[in-house]
Amino acid sequence: MKNFVDLDHVSLRYGEDGDGTLALQDASMRVDGGEFVAVVGPSGCGKSTLMKVVTGLWPATKGGVIVAGREVDRPLSITGMAFQNPTLLPWRTTLDNVMLPLEVAQPHASKLKRERAAYEAKARDLLALVGLKGFEDKFPWQLSGGMQQRASICRALVHEPSLLMLDEPFGALDMFTREELWLALQELWIARKPTVILVTHDLREAVFLADRILIMSARPGRIIAERTVELPRPRELSMTYEPYAVGLVHDLRDHISAARATV
Amino acid sequence: MTDMALPTPADTPVRRKRRPLSRSKVFRRVLPWLVVAALFLLWQLFVDGLQIEPFVLPSPTAIFAAGWQWRGPILDNAWQTFMTTTVGFGIAIVFGLFTGVAIGSSSLVYDGFYPALIGFNTIPKVAVVPILIIWFGIGTIPAIITAFLLSFFPILVNVATGIATVEPELQDVLRALGASKWQIIKKVGLPRSMPYFFASLKVAITVAFVGSIVAETVGSNKGIGNFMLVASSRFEVPLAFAGLLVTGAMGIVMYAVCSFIEQRMTGWATRSTDSAVFTPGG
Repeated sequence: MKNFVDLDHVSLRYGEDGDGTLALQDASMRVDGGEFVAVVGPSGCGKSTLMKVVTGLWPATKGGVIVAGREVDRPLSITGMAFQNPTLLPWRTTLDNVMLPLEVAQPHASKLKRERAAYEAKARDLLALVGLKGFEDKFPWQLSGGMQQRASICRALVHEPSLLMLDEPFGALDMFTREELWLALQELWIARKPTVILVTHDLREAVFLADRILIMSARPGRIIAERTVELPRPRELSMTYEPYAVGLVHDLRDHISAARATV
Repeated sequence: MTDMALPTPADTPVRRKRRPLSRSKVFRRVLPWLVVAALFLLWQLFVDGLQIEPFVLPSPTAIFAAGWQWRGPILDNAWQTFMTTTVGFGIAIVFGLFTGVAIGSSSLVYDGFYPALIGFNTIPKVAVVPILIIWFGIGTIPAIITAFLLSFFPILVNVATGIATVEPELQDVLRALGASKWQIIKKVGLPRSMPYFFASLKVAITVAFVGSIVAETVGSNKGIGNFMLVASSRFEVPLAFAGLLVTGAMGIVMYAVCSFIEQRMTGWATRSTDSAVFTPGG
């Protein structure tokens, strides 16, 4: 689907009486269905705000937000989200954590009781796909940080959302774990082709994972440039050290440094 | 180092296995009894050594003797106190849970009611008892109400805190799925506040005893509070002390019950680090 996500000159000011921080100003972006887009930018540029606007968690102050052909005026239940903090529920096992969205999101919630076995099998498949087979009945605190993050991504995907929003999901992990999860995420994406918007600070991550990279300005944020990543899929980690990817990382870096300098 | 002073928590259903206790664990279990015994022994030696008069400070043996002699009335009155305390405590649990959820889940209700609640909690409950007696007469009801008034506040505050401090990201995850406010409370807020809730029960049960005994002392014809008042007015000091000991024992028993339920219900919150399965490589 063309222009699955369509932000048209969106501004957002926090606070009710118009004197809060202006987080976004005239931000415009388009993401096609099934596309993997990364958003990079200097810290505090409103990347997370952008996520909230797209998912309908915060209404835009100005401008139009259209997702899946519909004006966004309240939270969309077609999204899955994962954050830097895995936010798993410590009183639930890994499997139950992953199944949480199914208890809430329609139409799954009303079918869950009757088709529990089928749903559970699906959740187990998903966990196996990210290498968590055998950990379904463990509690989150029995998993390492990387495993928790994998479970968190499974939770974001279990209800088969057509839009996956990832807010620095690998930010708190060490480099090796991070790279492993890039591969796992790429595999998931190739298998299911959801539309992904990934917010990240890690430029190599953006280059490795995304079809297209959007660069944001310093606050108030807007999209100032974009780059298409011309690397074949499935990508390999070594590709990020080849001249093309390195050049792209440098190019992105220059843009972000320039954006930072204007603060 | 991860052991608790209380009986070690049976962490999770997965790990609940009876293992033979090591020597240090046996010692840990026995230690509280040893401490109590040692205290009584010191007390006895102190009183005997300095020949303190029984109406100033009776010795433990004198207290136990008096307690045994009057065991009938003591049990009778202790039962009354136990009953008023648990009824008041029970009402406090229900009330504390409901208002805690209401206050914790809405910042409007929170802002509106919290100052009034703080003000109310600041009033010494001793001062309320005479009013309760005017309304309900001498006896059981003022004691129940006082126990309730003292014990609901810690429960309410803890439940409200647990619910109000749900991580914003987690709320976003659920809201983005179309979850209603009540669903977020049910799936996340309530389970999350359970450790706070059970911790508060341990505080609440002890102050509930304080409440019912205060009420019995100020105006009642029954209960341990009244019993001690009568005993001391007759200068039967050992008997008054026996009443104190019985109260302390009831408090410990109820605390242990709450603590046991807490470990059963929220083992996930008091897990020990050595149970973590660490698999490197994420």
